[in-house]
Amino acid sequence: MTVLTQGHSVTEEARNRRFGPLYSRNAKAVIGRGLMATKSSNWLVMLSGFFEPVLFLLSMGIGMGAVVGTVQGPGGQEISYAAYIAPALLAVSAMNGAVYDSTWNVFFKMNFAKLYQGMLYTSLGPLDVAMGEIFLALLRGLLYATGFTAVMGLLGLITTPWALLMIPASVLIAFGFASFGMGITSFMKTFQQMDWINFIMLPMFLFSATFYPLSVYPEYIQWMIQAMPLWHGVELLRQISAGAFTPATAIHIGYYLVMIVLGLMLTTGRLRSLFLK
Amino acid sequence: MSSEESGPVPRPFVIKAENLTKTYGDVTAVDGISFSVPAGESFGLLGPNGAGKSTTMKMIGGVAQRTSGSLTIMGLDPEQHGPEVRAHLGVVPQQDNLDEELRVRDNLLVYGRYFGLPMSYLRPKADELLEFAQLTDKAKSKVDALSGGMKRRLTIARSLINEPRILLLDEPTTGLDPQARHILWDRLFRLKEQGVTLILTTHYMDEAEQLCDRLIVVDKGRIMAEGSPASLIRNYSTREVLELRFGSERNASIGGELEGIGERLETLPDRVLIYTHDGEAALEEVSARGLRPLTSLVRRSSLEDVFLRLTGRSLVD
Repeated sequence: MTVLTQGHSVTEEARNRRFGPLYSRNAKAVIGRGLMATKSSNWLVMLSGFFEPVLFLLSMGIGMGAVVGTVQGPGGQEISYAAYIAPALLAVSAMNGAVYDSTWNVFFKMNFAKLYQGMLYTSLGPLDVAMGEIFLALLRGLLYATGFTAVMGLLGLITTPWALLMIPASVLIAFGFASFGMGITSFMKTFQQMDWINFIMLPMFLFSATFYPLSVYPEYIQWMIQAMPLWHGVELLRQISAGAFTPATAIHIGYYLVMIVLGLMLTTGRLRSLFLK
Repeated sequence: MSSEESGPVPRPFVIKAENLTKTYGDVTAVDGISFSVPAGESFGLLGPNGAGKSTTMKMIGGVAQRTSGSLTIMGLDPEQHGPEVRAHLGVVPQQDNLDEELRVRDNLLVYGRYFGLPMSYLRPKADELLEFAQLTDKAKSKVDALSGGMKRRLTIARSLINEPRILLLDEPTTGLDPQARHILWDRLFRLKEQGVTLILTTHYMDEAEQLCDRLIVVDKGRIMAEGSPASLIRNYSTREVLELRFGSERNASIGGELEGIGERLETLPDRVLIYTHDGEAALEEVSARGLRPLTSLVRRSSLEDVFLRLTGRSLVD
């Protein structure tokens, strides 16, 4: 066989780069790898991420809902308790999918599978890797969101066409968490440190006005919750689900846009310092 | 890079390093080394663990930034043109980092995609490389079902997917059994015959002797000597070595009684080495002095002896 030929022109295209050593416009190779790997593994974990919010919706929404009755929705109208918490659970689901992909998955690939080390010895730059991995996290978020919205539809919790916008909004939420998650994970060295992520996620899930309105808290706690990303996601989806938009909608979206930009900067910077020492 | 380039016409340098230095905090891993490698040469970095070999490899691949000095790979600075330089490099890292979530053949395909290569090129190329690595019947296996030697061969096959002009091999046979090593060496020879420039780190002197046209002996980040294996042995050692073992108690104290035999005497904890042109004659002289070693062995000098001479320490600790 010939290992050497003159045919290097095939790689020429990959070299038209604007970001120098950081980016070779080939995140699609990282995405392709992720899809191929998903075929062989992870299905149970993926499904559990989908079922968790569905189970919460069934138990809390239907079960608790029978006790609670109706509550006041974002537009001021009375809605069922299930319809109240469903968008919040969707936001949680988007967060969980993105965080799982961008933290545990990335942690494993970084420290044990040495996957990124191998990737960065090719024409790929750190930005290709970050964008590819984040795209995969978003794809998963999109699947969860679509599935969950379908479940909401089946349970009769969708009352306005606006509600379909919850799907792209979920992807926005996932993007915010994924871009940050990967950067934060790059600081983690041990499994114990990774547990801190759960330590932050669980209270955020429980207290971000997911199951009851923010107004039950004293004012200083309200401020704390409003500083957290999940609260903005919950409120955004809740508003969309009722088609009740206010100036706050723009603030929620803006919060995520800023989170995405800062997260991408953090992640790329970290990958660079980790792998291009 | 066909055979006509290996003629008397001086070949262009594909790697040029001048005063290459890398420090991590207070630790100087690579301390001002300079070397150049012409196209098609098989060039070795020989030294013990921690000598700075892997760090040098990382700088060549553009995945470690040098602290000072200059480095060009095919005329390009790998720090400025990382992806571009790596498009021409094949890298076999010290520890296999195969993609365990993918099957054997998919490992090759996906790796080729990282270089932006099209599937129409990659499919036949992957089959060709599986053949080359003697892994054709394992194409659909999971990576963790492969033996150590097979994984290593797959890693080498993977490194060839982009038809690199330079192949970086960091300790390619560490941890392999002798048979697996010989298979691997055979594959590397074939690549060399095809004109691939091999850059190889090793702490095995036999590997360096087998594979390298020329090598640098590095210790503590510095170059101690440079040359072909034969010329290094000629310059830094004698033709033969007489190894004597007197038992760990006596090895250290026997030195005085061996005075004057051979050209040079080296006392190690487990044995005494006498450097001489004629090992048998030296052994007779030892017997004539009434000394009775537990074991004795006459052998040719190796790079191990060169290293010992240059650093006062042995390569494998």
